Amino acid sequence: MNRIDLTFTKLAAANRKALVAYLTAGDPDFDTSLAILRTACASGVDVVELGVPFSDPTCDGPVIQAASERALRAGMSLSRSLRLAAALRETVETPIVLFSYYNPLFKYGLARIAEEAASAGVDGMLVVDLPPEEAGPLADALAGRSIHLIRLAAPTTRPDRIRMLADGAGGFLYLISRTGVTGTGGLDYDEVARHAALVKSLCPHPVCIGFGISHGNDAHALAPLADGIIVGSALVRLIAEAPAGADLPGLVAAKIRELRDGMDASCVS
Amino acid sequence: MNAPLIGNYPDATGHFGPYGGRYVGETLIAALTDLEAAWREAQDDPGFMSEFRAMLKHYAARPTPLDFAARLSDHIGGARIYLKREDCAHTGAHKINNVVGQGLLARRMGKRNVIAETGAGQHGVATATIAARLGMSCKVFMGAEDVRRQAPNVLRMRLLGAEVVPVTSGTSTLKDAMNEALRYWVAEVEHTFYIIGTVSGPHPYPAMVRDLQRVIGDEARRQMLEQVGRLPDLLVACVGGGSNAMGLFYPFLDDPCAMLGAEAAGEGLDTPHHAASISGGSPGALHGAMTYLLQNDEGQIHEAWSISAGLDYPGVGPEHALLHDLGRVQYQGVTDREAVEAFQLLCRFEGIIPALESSHALAAAIREAGKRPKTDAILVCLSGRGDKDLEHITAYMKANP
Ligand SMILES: Cc1ncc(COP(=O)(O)O)c(C=O)c1O
Repeated sequence: MNRIDLTFTKLAAANRKALVAYLTAGDPDFDTSLAILRTACASGVDVVELGVPFSDPTCDGPVIQAASERALRAGMSLSRSLRLAAALRETVETPIVLFSYYNPLFKYGLARIAEEAASAGVDGMLVVDLPPEEAGPLADALAGRSIHLIRLAAPTTRPDRIRMLADGAGGFLYLISRTGVTGTGGLDYDEVARHAALVKSLCPHPVCIGFGISHGNDAHALAPLADGIIVGSALVRLIAEAPAGADLPGLVAAKIRELRDGMDASCVS
Repeated sequence: MNAPLIGNYPDATGHFGPYGGRYVGETLIAALTDLEAAWREAQDDPGFMSEFRAMLKHYAARPTPLDFAARLSDHIGGARIYLKREDCAHTGAHKINNVVGQGLLARRMGKRNVIAETGAGQHGVATATIAARLGMSCKVFMGAEDVRRQAPNVLRMRLLGAEVVPVTSGTSTLKDAMNEALRYWVAEVEHTFYIIGTVSGPHPYPAMVRDLQRVIGDEARRQMLEQVGRLPDLLVACVGGGSNAMGLFYPFLDDPCAMLGAEAAGEGLDTPHHAASISGGSPGALHGAMTYLLQNDEGQIHEAWSISAGLDYPGVGPEHALLHDLGRVQYQGVTDREAVEAFQLLCRFEGIIPALESSHALAAAIREAGKRPKTDAILVCLSGRGDKDLEHITAYMKANP
């Protein structure tokens, strides 16, 4: 069974919600990034989203843009992101979703990325600028491998399309909480609740909510609305703002515990 | 060659063969399908199209002249060179055609805010112009580096009431301005119309901008037949994103005319300093479309380089990518030096100061004219005037005597 499916099955059985953590691969450098990822997995993260840095991240806000630039400057690339995934897989069973813009995957070769991602132990791919209408070639390349192509739904997505997205979704459906790029803040809980209820009613797969989740309070408010929450910029920001020599894995782990506590406080039954 | 089919793109899903499409985040999909539907309805509405044509005539000063460059042609001693004088249009470049159309469409869709990206500032000025005319608020995203290089156009935009937003991410140039415009649009999509300045971006922009710019080729074709009594043997236009080139070429695709797109070769195609996405790039997806890009082996986008800020872009409109693959249009590089030489020739022989972008087309035309007999006719799109470039070109000539 695919590790993402296994994770959601177990969580559902335990009546718990998933904490999905986004981190940019190679931020601030390969070795530190690996240490942060390992610690995150040991601190309550259920699914890792490993972001492949890209020169032109049009769906990302300033925090993840800056992380991409740091990682690229440190020599990160798609091939090295795969090596990082493989290194993480050596020590953890946490599902890994490769999070990328389409161009690096396309340029690398879709058959090649499918094969190398599978052997690195990747369980899903999420391509932010690849709507289902353009995803045929990648879906074909992934066919027959245990890698889900994760789909996204947005606040602007209308019911017919939500149904279409949900029908073809693999692993979980990524529900974008608000219009705009990635980043912290800007959440209107009531608005998110309304849209999440609609999406949940139309989607037979787990639904996770992401964009703008920064604190334990956000986690507390949003976790009950779906099957999990996704946190990115709030973690990445810790790396950007830490003083030189700081214990980055420790800082990230503390934030993850804050979010986990927020979620569990609202979701234990 | 199966010419009649070539102009039939894009297909129903917005693809030009393997190029084009809609490579954007899910949040923008609804806005793009709405835009596509609104544009289709507007095109079929005689009232809308006649307002568009009237505004082009009375506001943008169309038709622009077709002008025979007699002294330049004699100096070269080969094919006769005709200029489609887009420099005579309001705001001094072809960019106005597109913004009149998109501005009217924005109003029709009830959007009160327009945004645009700009490199040289020409599209930004054109968008600020139409926003003032139609009473809309306007934000123009511009790379911080370009804000510095193109100060006169920044001043123009501000005089016209637009807000210029300097972009400091990435390389602080046109591609980053487009990144930032897309980010802003995702957040404000409900009330904002994004006026893209060239035939790139997600569907329906490449086809819509082409259809708004085809007035260049429609006029020029009629003017050639009326004034010269024949069609040109060769069409030449510069290619940044490719809107003036698509506008000129499109109505001629079924005609027996050769076509040449001049890409900016900067310091040379054998150096890393150029902006020739087709001649020196490879296929990939950026800013919503599959097309040719300047990129490394792992799909990271390179910074483009050209003396001309309007050609300084690492991608190209997807229809050009297809026309290249089909062999219908030839794409050639023109270096900074060749463009500056052509710039000087046009100043001295014809009393016209061309834009540096347009000077790339002229240089390619001059090269071709020398190889062709005097009985041949070459039609060049003089896409804009060079007032904005005077400081730049003076500095270049001082540094490269
Ligand atoms: C005068 C002029 N010509 C050409 C261009 C390039 O754009 P396109 O290739 O879309 O015509 C520009 C862009 O700023 C321009 O200002």
